[in-house]
Amino acid sequence: MTTAPTERKKRGALREEFGNPERRTAYYMILPALFIILVVAFYPIAYSFYLSFFQANVNNVGNFVGLQNYVSMFQNSEFLDGLRNTVIFTGVSVFFEFMIGLTIALAINRAFRGRGLVRAAILVPWAFPTVISAVMWRLMFQDQVGIIQYVASALNIISQPILSDQTLLLIGAIMVDTWKTTPFMALLLLAGLQTIPGDVYEAAKVDGASVMQRFFRITLPLLKPAILVAVLFRTLDAYRIYDLFWAMSNRELESLSTFVYKAVRISQLNFPIGNAASVFIFLTAFLLALFFIKGLGMQTSTEE
Amino acid sequence: MAAASASESRVNLNMLLFYVFLILFVLVSVAPLLWVFKMSIITKSELFASPPTILPNSPTGASYGTIFGDSSFQRALINSTIIAGVTTVICLFFGSIAAYAIARLRFRFKSIVMTLILAISFFPHVAIIAPLFIQFRQIGIIDTYWAAIVPDIVFALPLTIWILVSFFRELPVDLEEAAKVDGATTIQAFRKVIVPLAAPGVFTTAILTFIFAWNEFLFANTFLFDDRTQPVTVVIPNFATVYTVDYGAQAAAAVVVTVPLVILVLLFQRRIVSGLTAGAVKG
Repeated sequence: MTTAPTERKKRGALREEFGNPERRTAYYMILPALFIILVVAFYPIAYSFYLSFFQANVNNVGNFVGLQNYVSMFQNSEFLDGLRNTVIFTGVSVFFEFMIGLTIALAINRAFRGRGLVRAAILVPWAFPTVISAVMWRLMFQDQVGIIQYVASALNIISQPILSDQTLLLIGAIMVDTWKTTPFMALLLLAGLQTIPGDVYEAAKVDGASVMQRFFRITLPLLKPAILVAVLFRTLDAYRIYDLFWAMSNRELESLSTFVYKAVRISQLNFPIGNAASVFIFLTAFLLALFFIKGLGMQTSTEE
Repeated sequence: MAAASASESRVNLNMLLFYVFLILFVLVSVAPLLWVFKMSIITKSELFASPPTILPNSPTGASYGTIFGDSSFQRALINSTIIAGVTTVICLFFGSIAAYAIARLRFRFKSIVMTLILAISFFPHVAIIAPLFIQFRQIGIIDTYWAAIVPDIVFALPLTIWILVSFFRELPVDLEEAAKVDGATTIQAFRKVIVPLAAPGVFTTAILTFIFAWNEFLFANTFLFDDRTQPVTVVIPNFATVYTVDYGAQAAAAVVVTVPLVILVLLFQRRIVSGLTAGAVKG
């Protein structure tokens, strides 16, 4: 009963919200887009979560098995391989992309001749389909015609074919990803750098701050929002890696996503575990995002 | 005098280092494309030569002949164009309407809506392939274009909305106000005033959405097992088994698919950069 007044107030506010013609128009305008997103993305996630407690296959839901799918998942060696590869790949590639990307952004944050050319060069690797860049690099890694294999063997860095060694493949995948997305990271960070007003640096210079002091006391703190957005974006993107592993390694290098794909499309006996793995990916990605937003104070406000 | 010229030469050295750095960076970015292009225009014997040649000895279009003579490749190019084209049109239609409401109209749940839309771009795509596979089978659209288009729309739509919102916000409000004073409804103000003014922004968004859908692989590879509907991203990696040792043909296929994208990027780089960074920086 105590909730009644607030309830009535809430309903009144809702009626006011939807009674206002301009606001009602706004809702009509966002409704189709929202509907598509809810039906094709959020509903399947909920359904997947529900299915993960059943011995399901692609034709029927099957018997309720509780948490058994999750237990089997953690005992599956392919899943564990995929988990390990995905975590290593994500951590190492995002680290390099950030360090190199920040260096590039700081270096080109000024007016210079040839800016357009550099910007175009930044975008070229980004615009490639990931599978196609995987195909290109595989041709360069190839042991008969590959330039990288040739150079690395000539310099005695490696003796075995790159494409048939799991560790070398993972290192190769990290290299390709770094090549492909570092420029994009640089672009996001550069856009962040350009929002820092120049007079802040002038003032610091007048006060006698050194280059290092200016970097750690001014640039980094002011760049933090852009860094968090760029790093979170890249982390979650790397975490769902699929196409690169799939096309570069002839389907041998396992990631979390290739594991789910195989369970859905190739060995459907594994469907329940694969489905549980997709819930696992969703939940862990969600926790990662939550950590960036709550733990590191990333701003998600979308108002001007 | 001496001090001045010393600092001047230091400035020059700095500039020199800076340009060396830039050239290195540009080279690393484009070298793989150039190298694969070289692989695609040389003869088979040159391809297997050891040590490899740096520049092509006698360029040939043979690999391109092989690829364009392959009917599955032709069909894949058409399929990619259809899938990316339809995705772009649908995304722009629903996306521009939603983006206009978010950019211009006041309503209470705006931040919830925006968060929901943003959440999608962070979403692991693979998380929905298992349930979607079941549902697509039930409604019978596996192996049709729609099986790729529908999930593509969902993940391209947030990108479309996000970029359009930032473009719409840059447009002057006065014009719409004037239109409304003259008796236009919200919808009319949108159609007659905003759409023409926003055309350049909408065009940029279209390019980005098209690139996104053109490059998509996971959904196409999961839901399309029939080569009558498979796009290039699915078909080309399979060339490794079709053209087992014809590495030149594999290289040519990769070049053909990327060249249109590289041209788009070169033509519209300034707009693309502003579109891509708008959401990320302001958001």
